[in-house]
Amino acid sequence: MQPNLFSSTLTVSQLTFHIRKLLENDAQLQDVWVSGEISNLSKPNSGHIYFTLKDKNASLRCVMWRTDAARLRINLQDGMAIEAHGKIAVYEPQGQYQLVANQIQAKGEGALYQEFLRLKSMLEAEGLFNPESKREIPQLPKNIGIVTSQTGAALRDMLNTIRRRLPIAKIILAPSLVQGVDAPPAIIKAIESLNQQSLDVIIIARGGGSIEDLWAFNDERVVRAVANSKTPTISGVGHETDFTLTDFAADLRAATPTAAAELATQTTLDDLQLRITDYESRLITLIFNLVADQKNFLLTLTSRLKYNSPERKIESEYQTLDELARRAFSALTHRIELHKSNVDGISKRLQSLNPEGVLSRGYAIITRKSDGLVVSKISQAKGDLKVRVSDGEFEVKRNS
Amino acid sequence: MPKQKSTQKPVEELTYEEAMAELESIVEALESDQNPLEEAMKLFERGQALVKKCGAALESAQLKIQKLAGDSLIPFEEESE
Repeated sequence: MQPNLFSSTLTVSQLTFHIRKLLENDAQLQDVWVSGEISNLSKPNSGHIYFTLKDKNASLRCVMWRTDAARLRINLQDGMAIEAHGKIAVYEPQGQYQLVANQIQAKGEGALYQEFLRLKSMLEAEGLFNPESKREIPQLPKNIGIVTSQTGAALRDMLNTIRRRLPIAKIILAPSLVQGVDAPPAIIKAIESLNQQSLDVIIIARGGGSIEDLWAFNDERVVRAVANSKTPTISGVGHETDFTLTDFAADLRAATPTAAAELATQTTLDDLQLRITDYESRLITLIFNLVADQKNFLLTLTSRLKYNSPERKIESEYQTLDELARRAFSALTHRIELHKSNVDGISKRLQSLNPEGVLSRGYAIITRKSDGLVVSKISQAKGDLKVRVSDGEFEVKRNS
Repeated sequence: MPKQKSTQKPVEELTYEEAMAELESIVEALESDQNPLEEAMKLFERGQALVKKCGAALESAQLKIQKLAGDSLIPFEEESE
């Protein structure tokens, strides 16, 4: 307080500025939630939003600037009960204090949301939402469990979706309340009962609604039951924009019940039919190739058999025989030739040793007539001698 | 390779899943092994029968819906729209 400020008369501006300072320096007034009903709503082209918040006894001028107004998630209307967050400011030209709102939500949403956040962080810290503990959803489930209301569009949408995609599946429905105070125990019992049925997957679903309508799926007991389910779970609660704690606890979160039914039937009838067609064509190709291979093999065998047939063997023996005969003949001929030339040589040599041959060159053979001895020494030449020359013989007598 | 077991069930008695699984293993066996022709032909014939069986099962499939009532399962009547 500055007491001296009031010692003299103030202008309106000075006083208003002072009030503005007071309000704007109050930290609590600069970060405040206020609830009330909307009236005098005005949305000029500027994009800013003006309205008055009222309750039974008081009213408060409010403004929301264009940038914050663009982020509004709800469509404001006169008479709507809301909670607005912002700071108190003073509009000096009109001498009015007002709430400059930066955030608006439907009434009740705030408290619930705080509770949601508290539970979420608590269960998160416990590890209920751990990504590593999420299980795979079977590609081709035989038995699908559904927890939802027995009446209502959500069940119908899911059944139609599964019927269209995978009619060979079997469905076990565990009907359950899905809103109100009795819903959480009913949902838990349904999940536990379905866990006794040896199913491949359990869908936990509910159609769209307000945050209060979906609240059972944020119930701590329900969230724990979903997290503890032995059977893998898919959640499909509300619309795309709705997130419940059940979504975080489930193994897989789907945006809607229909989407949950789709995620539960990842393999469809069409896929199965294609798979069978594929197997069939593989079978036929295989057997075709096999038969073709066997045929080729048979052909190879046939030609090998022919090659090794006795007929062929006999032909081959004949050939060997012919070859041997040819070789024998040629060897024989060769030897005859050899003998012939030997005989010739010997006969020539014999010829040269024939004494007659020498006589023709002027030599003579002298023998004693008395005893026929060939005279090769003077002492031997006694008595009558015979002289043989090339064309006959005559007798001589040694005279000395 | 799946040996032709003497305990092999007739195709008509198989569930869809069993038929599909056997079909798969037959195709794989034919693809990976050198089977004697006679055996391969037997596998092929069995495979053809399984294809037929699975196809028929899919053709005639009708979503079966049951409802838990206490601990027992009862047929679930869908609301007519």
